[in-house]
Amino acid sequence: MKNLKYLLVGIVFGVVFVKAEIVSWFRIQEMFRFQSFHMYGVIGTAVVVGLISVQLIKRLNIKSLDGENINIIPKPYTKGTIIGSLLFGFGWAITGACPGPLFAEIGAGFWSIGVTLLSAIAGTWVYGAIRHRLPH
Amino acid sequence: MLELLKQPWHWSVAGLLIGLTVPTLLIIGNKTFGLSSNLRHICAAVLPANIDFFKYDWKKEAWNLFFAAGILIGGFVGNNLLSNPADIVINTQTISDLKALGVQNFSGLLPDDIFGVAHIFSIKGLIFLVIGGFLVGFGTRYANGCTSGHAIMGLSNLQWPSLVATISFMLGGMLMTWLGFPLIFRLLN
Repeated sequence: MKNLKYLLVGIVFGVVFVKAEIVSWFRIQEMFRFQSFHMYGVIGTAVVVGLISVQLIKRLNIKSLDGENINIIPKPYTKGTIIGSLLFGFGWAITGACPGPLFAEIGAGFWSIGVTLLSAIAGTWVYGAIRHRLPH
Repeated sequence: MLELLKQPWHWSVAGLLIGLTVPTLLIIGNKTFGLSSNLRHICAAVLPANIDFFKYDWKKEAWNLFFAAGILIGGFVGNNLLSNPADIVINTQTISDLKALGVQNFSGLLPDDIFGVAHIFSIKGLIFLVIGGFLVGFGTRYANGCTSGHAIMGLSNLQWPSLVATISFMLGGMLMTWLGFPLIFRLLN
């Protein structure tokens, strides 16, 4: 099945999340209190590696395995870029998790995070229901 | 080798592997890295409720749900087959700051006195699981991305709105930690 390769990439990714303790509420607290370099090191390194990779793909015109031109659709700026991000930041500090780590935490056996994931899905649903009334 | 894998991994190793996810997804399937959209796909699949925002062919985005399922399996592997027997090492200042707020348990990845299953149906669960989760889901969709889609994928592609988003995530997290937490923990204690 063509989607299995994404499952495999996800497994590696989930292991990294747990083994580098990115899923830890404590690591996120250290980050927001400027008391550890760990998370800044993780995110900073990831951005540098991602940036170099994307630039190489563009400059060398590297194609996907299916031979397609690689296209990255940029995300537009809206008022939500600031308001939504601030709200997500509040949630990130409270839960100690962004959407990726939520999945890893449940797999790691922190069952209560199932409630967090359901609530995050509900949050997305409510956004979808009221978005035409929000500033964009 | 296995012993080495069981140690906590250095930030540079994690950063490298996470950064490599960006070109890996682009090359294996022309997919852009971003996890919060899965929450939208789940809504579209389970409860679209005739809302425009959820009326699209989510099956075309099923690859990302497989990616998320992989992360869940990876979480199991990382915490069971490769688990580190020692306690997590946390900065002593962070421990004393959190102790001052009322956190007591510092052994696992998440404090058991907040995220233990016993607290699901309590005021703690309401704040840390329900309200926190809601803010993550509502905020990331309103922002059109999360740490992966904006901070890593967006910055890698030099998109300035993603820099605005990343600064705003960090600012929101700091405001909650420095100003919100003292109020929340006063309510709990």
